[in-house]
Amino acid sequence: MTRRLRPRLPVRRPARRRAAATDRMPRNRLSVRDLLAEALAGVLQRPGRSVLTSLGTVLGVGAFVAVLGLTATASSQIDDRFNALTATEVTVEDVSHEQGSDAAVGFPADADRRVERLNGVRHAGAYWPVDLDPGQQVHSAPVGAARGGSRIQVVAAGSGVLRAARPTLAEGRVYDTWHDRTGQRVAVIGAGVATRLGITTLETQPAVFIGDEAFTVVGIVEDVERRADLLLSVVVPRSTAEEVWGAPRGTAKMLVATDLGAAAQVAAEAPLALDPAHPEWFRAVPPPDPRALRTEVGGDLDQLFLLLAAICLFIGTVGIANTTLVAVLERTGEIGLRRALGARGRHITAQFLTESGALGALGGLVGTSLGILTVVGVALARDWTPVIHPEVAASAPVIGLATGLAAGLYPAWRASRIQPVEALRR
Amino acid sequence: MTAPVIELRQAGLTYPGPPPVQALAPCDLRVERGEFVAVVGPSGAGKSTFLNIVGLLDAPTCGSYLLDGVDTGALKDADRTTLRGRRIGFVFQSFHLLPHRSAVENVTLALIHNGTPRKDRAARARHALEQVGLGHRIDALPTALSGGERQRVAIARALVGEPSLLLCDEPTGNLDSATAHSVLELLEAVHAKGMTVLVITHDPTVAARGRRTLTIQDGALTEAGRRSR
Repeated sequence: MTRRLRPRLPVRRPARRRAAATDRMPRNRLSVRDLLAEALAGVLQRPGRSVLTSLGTVLGVGAFVAVLGLTATASSQIDDRFNALTATEVTVEDVSHEQGSDAAVGFPADADRRVERLNGVRHAGAYWPVDLDPGQQVHSAPVGAARGGSRIQVVAAGSGVLRAARPTLAEGRVYDTWHDRTGQRVAVIGAGVATRLGITTLETQPAVFIGDEAFTVVGIVEDVERRADLLLSVVVPRSTAEEVWGAPRGTAKMLVATDLGAAAQVAAEAPLALDPAHPEWFRAVPPPDPRALRTEVGGDLDQLFLLLAAICLFIGTVGIANTTLVAVLERTGEIGLRRALGARGRHITAQFLTESGALGALGGLVGTSLGILTVVGVALARDWTPVIHPEVAASAPVIGLATGLAAGLYPAWRASRIQPVEALRR
Repeated sequence: MTAPVIELRQAGLTYPGPPPVQALAPCDLRVERGEFVAVVGPSGAGKSTFLNIVGLLDAPTCGSYLLDGVDTGALKDADRTTLRGRRIGFVFQSFHLLPHRSAVENVTLALIHNGTPRKDRAARARHALEQVGLGHRIDALPTALSGGERQRVAIARALVGEPSLLLCDEPTGNLDSATAHSVLELLEAVHAKGMTVLVITHDPTVAARGRRTLTIQDGALTEAGRRSR
């Protein structure tokens, strides 16, 4: 190990000799504080130009923050909607016809009550589209012009379905379990259907005719939060539909609205509750995993916008580089003077690098603020919760600084190469 | 005995060709502490080359140059820069003041680069401005100063670092004669306090102030009519 030192000695000697010349006088140094003060003065002596120079960085960093903030905000909103509705929705399908020809028909008569007894279930109801004969159509009068009605879907649904769909009623009410149990001839129709059938008010106790059967309209639904197809349908109680048109043929489903977080549990229990002997006749579909949904939404758009932000940053870099280069040429006299006053080449490099870095950092700070303001503004306008990851807010000014430093490399190098002799001749 | 401020030993500068141009023929020169030397010559004769060598802005290609007894030929660039910043005060024809800085800030600039402690700078800069008779204008921007005042600020900047040598390049070239006169008075006063002053000029009235006059003609430095060896 000691032998290794020997080859080093000849290398060290010239270094010592050089040191002897400087021993008498320590080399000039530029303290960090002086450097910052000089650079800041350089930036501030042309405030207008500095602002314009850092504009590119402002835009780039602003876009960066806004894009990441907006996508984070938007995807958290998607999650919210997902939580509120989709996450509390379980669909149970009747798959008995797939199991064999001898399978019993569909949901038992008390299916709604069986499922509604489960913990965590708010509303449950079986429903199916009614197969009407080609001659049977929905119309608003038994005879006359209105008879030539159009094809309007008729849906048989337990009263739980209407409650689970969370309707907004334009008029009237939804039918309840009593109507359902006793096979009342009532119907709830969507607002669009009402217009098509010419029903404007419930005060006259209008009826719709399905085939030749009359149904009293008890409610007009303006909007639903689930099962939007109900808006285009005439909804009649389940038992009434079975009475008139018979049992469904394997197309029945059940809509279950659950408490938040209970969906998976309900999905596991529902088939057993419906038919303990043959739970395999029912397939419960729980909501998808929200985490999987989030990543899917996040991906593509993010990258496109980040690319745009990167382009903005690049343009900003070129802008700073250009302006700094012009400033170097313009300040040749100053550089020469500083060199004559004892500034070393590296001090000049450091000064111009610091100036461009300060411009970049300043642009980054302003850009970050603007980006955050944008996110907050959009969130306010859309009634969302603004979401900005702290890493994004913290790293954005650093990106601006890095941009400025990168932009200053070439001009600063050029500045340090300026010979004082030539600079002072001007 | 202290070393002379300037000692040139067969120092000359030839710009490499092709063809090689001899800007300053090898010459010898000693300038002792406290002298007031004028260097005259027509433009293009080599005055600038001489200034660059003496001011450590350029190195001679032959011979050696000792500043305060330090052989500058052996120095690395960083050490030359340090030596230049501390031992030489420059006064330029075009002043070279930073336009966006006040008079006192311009003077302070010299102290930033030569390693003066931060707390001393303001007081020293103010003192230097008072010495050149600008104590009342320390916060004025150069654009608000007259030509003579600007040159006084530049002289204050050159003196504030307490250099060994005040090197003036056509200090009155941009000034009218009355102002030039007052600036020359100031240089005289500085010299009277013991400063070594070297003025490069093509103006005979300026040269007349010097206690010693050197002439440069076609790259050759001569003194009092006789060629230096």
